[in-house]
Amino acid sequence: MTSIRALHQQLVKKERSAVEIAQEALERIQSVEPKVHSFLHVTAEKALEQAKQIDAKIAAGEAIGLLAGIPVGIKDNMCTQGIPTTCASRILQNFVPPYESTVTQKLLDAGAVTVGKTNLDEFAMGGSTETSAYQLTYNPWDVSRVPGGSSGGSAAAVAAGECTVSLGSDTGGSIRQPASFCGIVGMKPTYGLVSRYGLVAFASSLDQIGPFSRSVEDTAILLGAIAGHDPKDSTSLNVEIPDYTQFLKPDLKGKKIGVIKETFGEGLDVEVGAAVETAIQQLQSLGAEVVEISCPRFRYGIAAYYIIAPSEASANLARYDGVKYGARIPDADNLMEMYTRTRAEGFGAEVKRRIMIGTYTLSAGYYDAYYLKAQKVRTLIKQDFEAAFKQVDALVCPTVPTTAFKAGDKSADPLSMYLVDLMTIPVNLAGLPGMSVPCGFDAAGMPIGLQIIGGVLREDNVLQVGYAYEQATDWHTRSPKL
Amino acid sequence: MTTATPAKTQYEAVIGLETHCQLSTETKIFSPSSTAFGAPPNTHIDPICMGMPGVLPVLNQKVLEYAVKAGLALNCQIAPYSKFDRKQYFYPDLPKNYQISQYDLPIAEHGWLEIELYDKASGSATRKRIGITRLHMEEDAGKLVHGGSDRLAGSSYSLVDYNRAGVPLIEIVSEPDLRTGQEAAEYAQELRRIVRYLGVSDGNMQEGSLRCDVNISVRPVGTETFGTKVEIKNMNSFNAIQRAIEYEIDRQIEAIETGEKIVQETRLWDESSQRTISMRVKEGSSDYRYFPEPDLGPIQVSSEQLSTWKAELPELPYQKRERYESELGLSAYDARVLTDDRAKAEYFEATVAAGAPAKQAANWITQDLSAYLNANSELAITDLKLTPANLAELIGLIEAGTISNAGAKTVLPKLLESGGSPTKLVEAEGLIQLSDADAIGALIDEVLAAHPKELEQFRAGKTKMQGFFVGQVMKKTNGRADPKLTNQILAHKLTSAE
Repeated sequence: MTSIRALHQQLVKKERSAVEIAQEALERIQSVEPKVHSFLHVTAEKALEQAKQIDAKIAAGEAIGLLAGIPVGIKDNMCTQGIPTTCASRILQNFVPPYESTVTQKLLDAGAVTVGKTNLDEFAMGGSTETSAYQLTYNPWDVSRVPGGSSGGSAAAVAAGECTVSLGSDTGGSIRQPASFCGIVGMKPTYGLVSRYGLVAFASSLDQIGPFSRSVEDTAILLGAIAGHDPKDSTSLNVEIPDYTQFLKPDLKGKKIGVIKETFGEGLDVEVGAAVETAIQQLQSLGAEVVEISCPRFRYGIAAYYIIAPSEASANLARYDGVKYGARIPDADNLMEMYTRTRAEGFGAEVKRRIMIGTYTLSAGYYDAYYLKAQKVRTLIKQDFEAAFKQVDALVCPTVPTTAFKAGDKSADPLSMYLVDLMTIPVNLAGLPGMSVPCGFDAAGMPIGLQIIGGVLREDNVLQVGYAYEQATDWHTRSPKL
Repeated sequence: MTTATPAKTQYEAVIGLETHCQLSTETKIFSPSSTAFGAPPNTHIDPICMGMPGVLPVLNQKVLEYAVKAGLALNCQIAPYSKFDRKQYFYPDLPKNYQISQYDLPIAEHGWLEIELYDKASGSATRKRIGITRLHMEEDAGKLVHGGSDRLAGSSYSLVDYNRAGVPLIEIVSEPDLRTGQEAAEYAQELRRIVRYLGVSDGNMQEGSLRCDVNISVRPVGTETFGTKVEIKNMNSFNAIQRAIEYEIDRQIEAIETGEKIVQETRLWDESSQRTISMRVKEGSSDYRYFPEPDLGPIQVSSEQLSTWKAELPELPYQKRERYESELGLSAYDARVLTDDRAKAEYFEATVAAGAPAKQAANWITQDLSAYLNANSELAITDLKLTPANLAELIGLIEAGTISNAGAKTVLPKLLESGGSPTKLVEAEGLIQLSDADAIGALIDEVLAAHPKELEQFRAGKTKMQGFFVGQVMKKTNGRADPKLTNQILAHKLTSAE
């Protein structure tokens, strides 16, 4: 699989045109989509048009940026002007945004070529992309398995070579978990580093957009392109964005890395545990000092998350009522019927479950016991991380306790599905950057991910650890056979 | 305050007001659309105020400034740390089905507003402080237009206009310190004066920029506990507020006297029948499932920012009233009329600053100028061609005896229409007052000689004929004769000639 930098070299040396690169991606999509189903909408015409513009620039002798002419996939919960944005929900089946999200605008400005909108769990609620109202996406390493979720389409598309890089969103692990399942790199940046304007909200205080790629370098390049202060997002951080590729160094001398003790216990798959242990030894041999770190409140993350996220979601999803846009049942006799039937028919089971949980946890008399308590737990988890980052530069642990499971295995059991996010959720609650990099395969040939966590705005440490590890191993060079 | 019911028990009303006031910012509270009133439906909208998927609110900093200034003017404590919350309920005019408002940490709290209760009969005024519980910022909702009915219920279809959605509001909640309809109406008027003085709202009740909801209960005088509270809505004038409250006090007392139970409900003021009508009975309190708005950060007002805004506050109506009475010696009535409008008060102050005595300046402004402005309602006092300096000059001419009061009134219309120097105008019009005693005496002699019959009548005891002679002198001089002097000399001549 060709990296961003290699493609860029081919373009500037005129070995290949942007149109040829786009056509190759579109042909790959055509050949593997019947097996993988990563995309909800493929925007072939638009992609070729964008590629032509890049070729014209090159022909005119203009300088082009690294992302110019690079095929990208966009999770279908980011608004794209004039292109359907469905969130994999029936309720937004016909929704075509009249505005562009900040991230996709940045990609357009950088000359990236958008090949399509990728599948996801409905409104990004799920861990397997199985709650999509439209289609199941399959894991390119074994098409009987799920790609993970909620950004399963974006992860599968990159793993299957349908695009060079893609964007996902991560509320409780929705980038890192599918990256782990699909054997690629996926990063959730610090909360507020990337603008959320145009990202259809699931849980506003947790949602964050981030890159998927086949290499840490590509993630560093894409992150640099999408990060930065946005006056349209009040929660966006006003900080200087460095060139993230400067942190890509092959060794870890002088770095101190903590291993989160609590993540190596019950429920951790033996093969996953072994792969991660081996990876940790490798980090040591790269010059890092490795210590054990305790985050005692880590395990309360899921409980806090499944109150905070549904609470915010219940309000965020209230706007889908059939009044202004999206689906509306055609024959209601009165307002209440229009509301209830539009929402009953427009939302899937998982979304309704979370709306109900969130409505309950915010109700008078329950607010203090649930929402307020969960926020306190969130603060404690943050404090655990703060204490840890006084001692170490980065933390590591498995991204997911298991490898990708079979489609249908957990979809009937929401609780077991929720547990998949055990190791990723605390990172969202604390607003920290986290990245999953491939660190092995299990006996069934399914990829295993190593999660690297940094302090607030310490993407530099995360990228450095990930890059050094990647350069010392060859997991990322393997590709699924489709 | 007691009411005039014949009952043995004396009752008092306990009244609190919740006022929504639209802030006069150019753009909406969280998005760039215009806030202008009266545009065609759904032309002042954008993805943000429409609550489209993925959009985010960004606080208009003018809204914060206006809210803080209003809070300061209402003597509130400004919260150094405040936040927005989501208030959740489903209604088609609310695009997100939650309203971004403030719940437990409002921007301003614990203030007061002083009302002046003017008694027409005695001409005196009493003052009363009304507590302000809180002031918070929030977004307005859109507007429903129903087909086939004036309510949602029973209509065959409804249309939504989102032009108003996202227009910034401040909600001001008073303590239950009000006791009568007059007090409540005075409170609402004073609130409007204040927001207009600050320039943070136009306070237009007809266009809905200022909306008051009344909470009212009655209880026997001397009891501490509150009676059952009723909410009244739909009053679009101060007069309606007063009458709705007076009606409701009587209705509640009568209900209690006849053993009826007051139910907690919302009632609408019906202007045509001059009654309150039950709209809906409250079954427990609504659960709005408030929680902190995660899309907006906390609001922090630095002490430097606060002092800057404090320094920008104008002198407020109650401060002006106090100063006009104590320092300028005006009556409560004049002080009240002049300060009702900031521009009028400033015109008055500029006239006084230009040298006019306060009382005379007040008279001219509250009488002749006000009459002219009433007759030309499209004009504001600031549009007048007659500048405060010109008015002071005109008053100066009267004071110096150069022209008579009547002469001044003669030139006033021209000054109001065209402006210019009053001195030059009275010269040009030949209105310089005749104050030469000999000349006036000669004129009187002429008049008396020319009217022997009238002089006969005067001598026969018809003393009011003196006015006739004065009138004749004025006629001869085109009103220029000094009336005081004319009367003096005439009286002398009439008595001495006997």
